[in-house]
Amino acid sequence: MKRRSTLKLAVGAALAAGLAFGTAALGGETIKIGAVAPKSGPLAGGSTVTHWPTIQLWVSEVNGRGGLNIDGTQKMIELIEYDDKTNPGEHIKAVQRLITQDKVDMLLPPYGTGFHIAAAPIYAKNGFPLVSVTAISDQVDSLTTKFPTMFFTLGTTSAFVGGVIEILNDMKAAGTIGNRVAMVNVADAFGIEMADAARPMLENAGYEVVYDKSYPLGTPDLSPVMKGAKASNPDAFLAWSYPPDTFGLTKAAITENLDVKVFYTAVATSFPAYGGAFGQAANGVIGAGGTNPDDPKIAAYRKAHMDVTGQPADYWASANTYVALQILEQAMEGVGTIDRPAITQYIKDNTFDTIMGEISFDKQNSAKFWSVGQWQDGVFRGVKGSNVDGAVDVQVKSGWK
Amino acid sequence: MNSTSWKEPSIAAIVAILAASVPLVFDAYWLSVSVTAMMYIALSTSWALFSGPTHYISLATGAFFGIGGYLVGTGMSDYNLSFWLMAAIAPIVATILAALIGLATLRLSGVYFVIFTLGLAEMIRNLVSWIQNNFLGSRGLYVLTDFTESHIYWMLLIIACCVYLLGWLVNRSRLGFALRIIGNDESVAKHVGINTAMSKVILFMTTGFFAALVGAVIAPRYTYIEPNQVFSPELSFLVVIMALLGGAGRLWGPLVGVIPFTLIWEFVSIQAPNSTTLFLGLVFLLIVYVLPHGFVGRIDQINKKLKERSH
Repeated sequence: MKRRSTLKLAVGAALAAGLAFGTAALGGETIKIGAVAPKSGPLAGGSTVTHWPTIQLWVSEVNGRGGLNIDGTQKMIELIEYDDKTNPGEHIKAVQRLITQDKVDMLLPPYGTGFHIAAAPIYAKNGFPLVSVTAISDQVDSLTTKFPTMFFTLGTTSAFVGGVIEILNDMKAAGTIGNRVAMVNVADAFGIEMADAARPMLENAGYEVVYDKSYPLGTPDLSPVMKGAKASNPDAFLAWSYPPDTFGLTKAAITENLDVKVFYTAVATSFPAYGGAFGQAANGVIGAGGTNPDDPKIAAYRKAHMDVTGQPADYWASANTYVALQILEQAMEGVGTIDRPAITQYIKDNTFDTIMGEISFDKQNSAKFWSVGQWQDGVFRGVKGSNVDGAVDVQVKSGWK
Repeated sequence: MNSTSWKEPSIAAIVAILAASVPLVFDAYWLSVSVTAMMYIALSTSWALFSGPTHYISLATGAFFGIGGYLVGTGMSDYNLSFWLMAAIAPIVATILAALIGLATLRLSGVYFVIFTLGLAEMIRNLVSWIQNNFLGSRGLYVLTDFTESHIYWMLLIIACCVYLLGWLVNRSRLGFALRIIGNDESVAKHVGINTAMSKVILFMTTGFFAALVGAVIAPRYTYIEPNQVFSPELSFLVVIMALLGGAGRLWGPLVGVIPFTLIWEFVSIQAPNSTTLFLGLVFLLIVYVLPHGFVGRIDQINKKLKERSH
């Protein structure tokens, strides 16, 4: 037993040494950048639409320009990717591996709130800036205090709910809808959190919640939920939903011919696949996120995304992901060396010129984001947001044809 | 007889001391691999305490592990309770639950029990979601502590040592003897007057206790707890596979299963990220066709042959 475990130690040490030498030989002309995010498991469906293609695009664009200007020379990006299998333990191991074995110069953000927060202590300890995108938290202040290298860019839960309530208020004031709201949520972290935030906000704004039901994550048949909602005869239907049920609820609404002026589903409504799946019926559906596809910079980004990766960018966090990469790129070139504490400080102190316009951080939090968008003639456009330009008017949902 | 029975714990003590020095020797990456390995060592060894002698395959590890992680998350995040308090409460809750489940199901024979435990993690996850949805609400469960990976590693090592020590004591006790008889033939055990249900329930509770404790200690590593991730059916299967690979017949069997398994798993994850499930399947086949009693079984067999030859 004793010999066995010393043997293990020896093998481990030899393996570690071999890897360290193996990678050191490559250094010099390239800059090593590491990325860990799901390529399999429950979150892979989202990360392969929003996260990975944008990273692929960014690396190909930067290398197409001749690389990043660091230490006075142009360095090509060498991207090292690992799959965390949507498992926090695997994620932590992979990040540690990138830092200690692959000795990366910079890390890209993870995908998903839980993974950002699991990885944040490691980024902070090693001084890597963590410009998060797909992390939405109600504890931004305490998290940024605890993790001084962490930045938030996508907004807060209450902003997402607030945007929806604003739309209802505008329509009620115009006399388009009454005050009957049907609301459903997926019984999982984000869905419960949104529903909890929405209830008092709806009540305070004078709405009558005529239907309030939840369904377990992974419910295959949502037509009973939709039948119940329809029977309550609502003016507006809100669903704090996840990707599979966003599709399921919409399908059920079409089948049941739910007659509402406002139809909202949350996560994944902004995916191009949503418009693809429902075509004309998607018209007028509102959902979480949004973008301004008419903005020339966003339009150019979306075109490049399609050209390089062969798939369309989503109408929400894809652009934000690209923005986070631009911030890292500009900070690295601005500092001019791979001095990570200086890069982090640079991100705190400077304003960045991105495809979403100028971005700066106040206490490591950016207040420029889209909160609600709407499908209008095959495009999901931002209708509500914070400090963003180009919001279009909300259209009244009229039928499913 | 006396000298051989003390040989194993002495070797174990030396191994434990060597293992304790891991965070001082390894870099951050190998330490994170070691934390994962130590987690599975504690889980698999405690699994084998129950399933080894009784041959009841329990897939409930994920359920108890999840209770540990979830209670620490909700206690610290929603009620501002300390980590230590929650880490003490969680295994007690899991033990009580294990007692209830054990009393209800362990009277049944083999396959019904396996199927029930498989569904258990899913049932508890849904129950937790239902409670959150209807009573508590959800604000995201943050487990913010100042623990480093080294601290977590040492805590897991202590748990693993406790499991081992307990297993060693049980093996030498009347209870251990009773369990071995149950494993060989349950009706014989009943006929000779062993309270089979009680013996099984006690060991099942022990497994539940330790799995929840491990879940509680791992929670600060994950930092953000989502019920979907801590109540993971995959974890239950991995624990079973690693324990069977090493051999559940000996107390140190799971240890020799976990270490090669995690190293190869790591290697496969890096070299061929999409092949980990395939690897899992191959290990299953290996166990069934080549190593029915794990590495331990093979080692014992070889020892026996060597002895026969020397006679």
